Amino acid sequence: MTVVYEVFRRERAGAAMQHAGSVAAPDARFAEIYAREQYGRRGESEALWLVPRDAVHQVAEFVDEFDLKYRRVDGYSIKERLKEARELAAKKAARSRDAFPAGDHRR
Amino acid sequence: MEHADARTADFLAHVQSGGLVETGDWMPDEYRRRLTKFVEMHANSELMGVLPERDWILRAPTLQRKLALTAKIQDEVGHAQLLYRVVEDLGKPRDACLDDLIEGRSKFHNVFHYPTQSWGDVGVIAWLVDAAAIISQKALLKCSYAPYARIMRKICWEESFHILHGRDVVLTLVTGTQEQRELVQEALDRWWEPLMMFHGNPIPAEEDPMVHWRIKSQANEEARQQFLEGYVPQVLELGLALPDPRLRRRDDGVWAYTEPDWERLLAVVSGHGPASAERLAFRRLSRAEVEWVARTVLAEAA
Repeated sequence: MTVVYEVFRRERAGAAMQHAGSVAAPDARFAEIYAREQYGRRGESEALWLVPRDAVHQVAEFVDEFDLKYRRVDGYSIKERLKEARELAAKKAARSRDAFPAGDHRR
Repeated sequence: MEHADARTADFLAHVQSGGLVETGDWMPDEYRRRLTKFVEMHANSELMGVLPERDWILRAPTLQRKLALTAKIQDEVGHAQLLYRVVEDLGKPRDACLDDLIEGRSKFHNVFHYPTQSWGDVGVIAWLVDAAAIISQKALLKCSYAPYARIMRKICWEESFHILHGRDVVLTLVTGTQEQRELVQEALDRWWEPLMMFHGNPIPAEEDPMVHWRIKSQANEEARQQFLEGYVPQVLELGLALPDPRLRRRDDGVWAYTEPDWERLLAVVSGHGPASAERLAFRRLSRAEVEWVARTVLAEAA
């Protein structure tokens, strides 16, 4: 019987381990030989992790029950209010120009 | 049944709008069946594709060429390994794939059903067959089945030197003796028809079930046009001729050409090409020869 090993590889020192693919092998020794051949022979990896697929605990459901958008950049839509604020500021500046014409620096 | 139909419709909407599918995800039987057959054919092609090149390892003109050719063959056998792994995860064991291949129950690409006659063929195959292949493979980077798309990224990265290697072989020959130039021209004459068939019949994208499920994202004719646009000028600038009097670029930028015989393509990929029987016989032989290795490895690990 063969076992499926998930292969993770590190491209260069300091980089995160990334999933690369998988190999099917009768045991870890053969899995290492296959993984070295398929994911390391061109110097594209500086380390490999081989993990039996059965050992991977998978989590895939992420439900945002409490609408936590306020923690994210896309939780903030400022376009409309920024426009409004700019218009207000422009009006205010215009009013102050009318009250204090050019050459009068008292404001 | 109604429930299954709704689920299939949701899945279809998901993939058609750019959604991706992972190994453990639910998928309709039709999607799994078509995808498995497609990736299996790709894997078979990588495995069978090394046989014409293998014939030339011992006859390569220089040590450098021998090493490059061997490296290319090693890459391609590696691609077969990666692709059969994808097929296994879709539910079809590798042994079953190899059995179906050697018994002629599954297919491999048309270009690997033809014999090679000279070192010129090796150059033309490595340059133009690989160029045609990489056009399809790059389009597969957008496949809805993400594990296949990820493997394609790795394959495209490794393929990058193959085309250059082929072009280098061709350039050496066309700048050589008259006899060497003729070798390339004769090889081109032999390979042009199979190359024009490579991307398949011009079935419109909207009628292609592979495009419907977003397994493929490129219509056959689109791939062929891309090939012609990219490579015809590169061939002609070397003073080589292409054996199709109707080949020309129309004013609207579309390439016109003599319609290949699609019936013949079907016959070739169904195992009736000039080298089909010989290639499959070789695969059968090598499978039988190494059977004891698989048996020993599995027994020792048990």
